[in-house]
Amino acid sequence: MEPTAWVATRKGLFELHRRAGGWQIERTSFLGEPVSMLLPPAPAQPMFAALNLGHFGVKLHASDDGGITWREVTTPAYPPQPPGEPAGGVAWKLQQIWSLAAARGTVWAGTLPGGLFRSDDAGASWRLVESLWNQPGRAEWFGGGFDVPGIHSICLHPERAGELLVGISCGGAWLSRDDGASWLLQASGMRATYMPPELAESPNTQDPHAITRCAAEPDVFWCQHHNGIWRSTDNAASWQEVQNVPVSNFGFAVAVHPQDSRSAWFVPAVADQQRVPRDGALVVNRTRDGGQSFETLRAGLPQSGCYDLVYRHALAVSADGQSLMMGSTTGNLWASDDAGDHWAMVSGHLPPIHAVSLG
Amino acid sequence: MARLVFTSQLRRFTETPEVDAPAPNLRAALECAFAVNPRLRGYVLDDQGHLRANVVIFIDGRRCAERVLLVDPLAPDSRVHVLQALSGG
Repeated sequence: MEPTAWVATRKGLFELHRRAGGWQIERTSFLGEPVSMLLPPAPAQPMFAALNLGHFGVKLHASDDGGITWREVTTPAYPPQPPGEPAGGVAWKLQQIWSLAAARGTVWAGTLPGGLFRSDDAGASWRLVESLWNQPGRAEWFGGGFDVPGIHSICLHPERAGELLVGISCGGAWLSRDDGASWLLQASGMRATYMPPELAESPNTQDPHAITRCAAEPDVFWCQHHNGIWRSTDNAASWQEVQNVPVSNFGFAVAVHPQDSRSAWFVPAVADQQRVPRDGALVVNRTRDGGQSFETLRAGLPQSGCYDLVYRHALAVSADGQSLMMGSTTGNLWASDDAGDHWAMVSGHLPPIHAVSLG
Repeated sequence: MARLVFTSQLRRFTETPEVDAPAPNLRAALECAFAVNPRLRGYVLDDQGHLRANVVIFIDGRRCAERVLLVDPLAPDSRVHVLQALSGG
């Protein structure tokens, strides 16, 4: 089967195939509708697409034929909000499905305003993971890029059933080893320069823009944080900041080589107050030695007058670590077949891109 | 009976039956429509049963301002339009 990619955008879901002449857009679904996240198909698991309709709210669709036809399934919903809630907190209303992951018959959905949901029947029904939602520390979470907190990263353990880590902006990283029954806050070592000094190291208010786990070495995580890059090699028990990142250590996206935990890619932007490429030149930073050093890759990417930003879900790597694809807020899509050494534009006319997935 | 009419924009996503509802107020009338098409509920109301932020309802030409309880009274010949609010894009 030829390589397949999916691109979720502000105005639809696009399916691409790589043919002899390169990547081609061959199918469009939900044209005109905002697709906030997608989950590619897997054996015994449907494909999912989350919509965020401007008037009619969040909706979830599933496909049993790899995205050819779609059917609406149940959308996760928050339970009735108790009187007195929130105490300075958020309304218990689903604003966006921001992350999706699935394994062993369970689909997980991370949402704004910060709830994690699970479905054990392929989206026919959902329930809020109340053990995380009811953490007292949730009152300290706050929005990062949105008015409310959100779960953007769900890292399932590839070998240990029931173990997963979620990343929250802004609420740190939380690990469960018992299928979501209980949670540990696991962001020690991260540092937040946007907090008062006495709270900078508080794990519960860190803003990990994205967290990703190495499939072959699942104790290793990489995190593109609001103010730097962090790495953990002990299953998130501790995090170490990566120093001397070239161009900028600000960005949103991170991808890790599925077979080599020391190799990872980042797409830097100037800073939080100026979210564009430095000097108008789009680059990808790649490390192959666990963050000891980086190469700044530019070949095939615009090196002047470029204002594209790559969001946290819009950089994808293939299972062999050789193919990469990234999409931008400006609707540009690039691909590389040599681990980022060279890039080629796939399309310069897509809507703003939320997420990219390589199948 | 009050008649409910849903915006044609909704037909892209789900069935929108025109409903003649023997209902004394707005929420009761909406429940009649949701009984015909249960999926319609999530398009009009949010998780807490409030009117979605970017949905607007007119009763006999008057825009509903109360969006939580939805207890605006209906007359036997009321006409209710459920529309998309342009604030939603």
